[in-house]
Amino acid sequence: MWHNLRQLPKYRGLIQSLVARDLKARYRGSVLGYFWSFVNPLLLLTIYNFVFTYLLQNRAEGLQPYAVFMFTALLPWTWFSSSLGEATGSLISGGNLIKKVLFPAEVLPFVTILSNMVHFLLGLPILIGFMAYYAVTPDWWELPWFVVIVGVQLLFTAGLSLLLSALAVHFRDVKDLVSNLLTFWFFATPIIYSYQQFPEYMKYFNWNPFTHLAISYQEVLFFDGPFGHKWWLLALGAASVVLFLLAYWVFDRLRDSFAEAV
Amino acid sequence: MSQTAITLTNVTKIYRRYGGKQFSTLKSALLSGDLVRQLRPDETFQALSDVSFTVPKGCTFGVVGRNGSGKSTALKLVAGITKPTIGKVDVNGRISALIELGAGFHPEISGRENVFINGIMLGLTKKEITKRFDEIVEFAELTEFIDAPVKTYSSGMYMRLGFAVAIHVDPDVLLVDEVLAVGDEGFTHKCLDKFGEFKRRGKTILLVTHSLGLVERFCDEAVWLDAGQMKAEGDPTRVIGTYVTDVARQEERFLVSSDQKAKTQAGEAGQASPEGPVAAADDYAGDMTQAGAGRWGSGGVEITTVEFQSADGQPTQVFHTGEAMRVMLGVRAAVPVRDFVFGIGLFTADGVMVYGTNTFIEELESDRFEGEAVVTLAIESLDLVEGTYKLDVAVHKRDGAPYDYHRMLHTFRVKSRIKDGGIYRPKHRWDFTSSIKFKPQK
Repeated sequence: MWHNLRQLPKYRGLIQSLVARDLKARYRGSVLGYFWSFVNPLLLLTIYNFVFTYLLQNRAEGLQPYAVFMFTALLPWTWFSSSLGEATGSLISGGNLIKKVLFPAEVLPFVTILSNMVHFLLGLPILIGFMAYYAVTPDWWELPWFVVIVGVQLLFTAGLSLLLSALAVHFRDVKDLVSNLLTFWFFATPIIYSYQQFPEYMKYFNWNPFTHLAISYQEVLFFDGPFGHKWWLLALGAASVVLFLLAYWVFDRLRDSFAEAV
Repeated sequence: MSQTAITLTNVTKIYRRYGGKQFSTLKSALLSGDLVRQLRPDETFQALSDVSFTVPKGCTFGVVGRNGSGKSTALKLVAGITKPTIGKVDVNGRISALIELGAGFHPEISGRENVFINGIMLGLTKKEITKRFDEIVEFAELTEFIDAPVKTYSSGMYMRLGFAVAIHVDPDVLLVDEVLAVGDEGFTHKCLDKFGEFKRRGKTILLVTHSLGLVERFCDEAVWLDAGQMKAEGDPTRVIGTYVTDVARQEERFLVSSDQKAKTQAGEAGQASPEGPVAAADDYAGDMTQAGAGRWGSGGVEITTVEFQSADGQPTQVFHTGEAMRVMLGVRAAVPVRDFVFGIGLFTADGVMVYGTNTFIEELESDRFEGEAVVTLAIESLDLVEGTYKLDVAVHKRDGAPYDYHRMLHTFRVKSRIKDGGIYRPKHRWDFTSSIKFKPQK
């Protein structure tokens, strides 16, 4: 395992070019091209905004302007959920490579996560635009934390994706389970509402890893005041390291079976 | 030649058969990592059993065998794509596997981008690819189309590009799995030249192919795998000789069993409608040109056995062009008959009549036959080209009314080293006046 783990940095070039390929191929042939990376989150935001601000008349105190509040956590969630959804099936859909070419299988889930991360980063200007429009200013000295949060989320997603993609090769059920679980997970996470609205459920929220990411994003980008959630974030970061190592161990155990089972 | 490039030591590879439950529990999957050992023997399939061979550095090594004999499994093990269940595989040096060409191509992006990504997948750096890019494109003969998306390529173009990238990885060990079938004649020659160049530079090639000529011409050593076991190893000509002999034997067994099936079916049909066969006999002449196996006749005289024999009297169903052949008919007449004609008709597999004759045509007048007897038709030299042939045998009256007619129930195969065309090979030779020269034959 450690030997294989040490090999990972060597695949940098491979991962890089595969991510570039993914991005190039995704919008090839569409009229808007890369512009879709902006349009997609914009449309998503418009829909959510319409539903929660106009139809449901969300007037919760402290969450105004609601569009910005919601978007600060929705954008990272989109990255997380599409990464996890695609990465789970990545070994199966990349079966041709695993079966016919000597190919480091772990590269496949990483590539999906990273190319979704690029979409996430391309969506950030939309968020910034909304923040400027509603005159929401983040606390500037907290912005370096944003990088840390993204890092923790990346590690957490990577660990989970490794585990799920490896299991999905043998248990195809995992793919469907994940897509349904993600819907549930979305509503169980304080993204479209704030955890402060439901203090009695706080102990359940705390068990949900994405809660801490969502709250961290909200505190750094949306709420005023100091970043009080940082210890939770760092704990999640540490847990993510453990998760990643554990997932990598499982992945490594099952590695030899991939070429036969996909 | 002192150093070894590839070593397989007592390698056994067991695959799981699908259809049943694969994992007992998740826990056992994680603990063992590989589940094959826990499965019952009937749930597994042994693709290779106890295979060991060594390929010295700089050797071109051929692997031959039937479909499903484990050739590709062996190659995948050497490539490191799968791991042996038991045993060890050692490879020295950088490997490039021509197993599936263009496996990593993405259809939407251009050939140029795919070359880079494929090259990186195969272990090159960007710089190395840039350096070799023109050479790759030129080799693939795709200069004009390199910026078009790969999905617009024909399958030949796709394969050529995949081959070009893989071969320019400049490996120490090249694994080739039946990929020379790509591209046209010209491209195949180019590939062979490239292999030759590899050989000269002292690189190792492991070649899996059905093209025995290629192995004979190209390889320094060969193994023959059959049902996962090593049947022969060593000098290619000898290995291929043993392999070809075995294939011929196998074919013969297959012919015997399929003949048996046809005869059984014909027998059942005959019993089902005893009136039918006689009625069919009226337009017997017309039947000669109709395809379709069967057996009919009044049964006054019966053909009980049909056997093909080689010159030395051995029963066989596989002959070589120009060999002698004997067709032996065991016949029986329960009551004495005075009017009988023995005949044969020889057909190609697709029903074209090659030759037909009978004792009446050849002016033998029947006198009397009773009891059991053997009729032998001796053919001195079977001057047919390679192929499968069907034989009609019959005994009938002078007016054509059959006693027993076997329609295409008997099959034999003719093999030939020379792949000439048509049906009939007249005995022939070439003569040239002195100004025409040929290279001496091997």
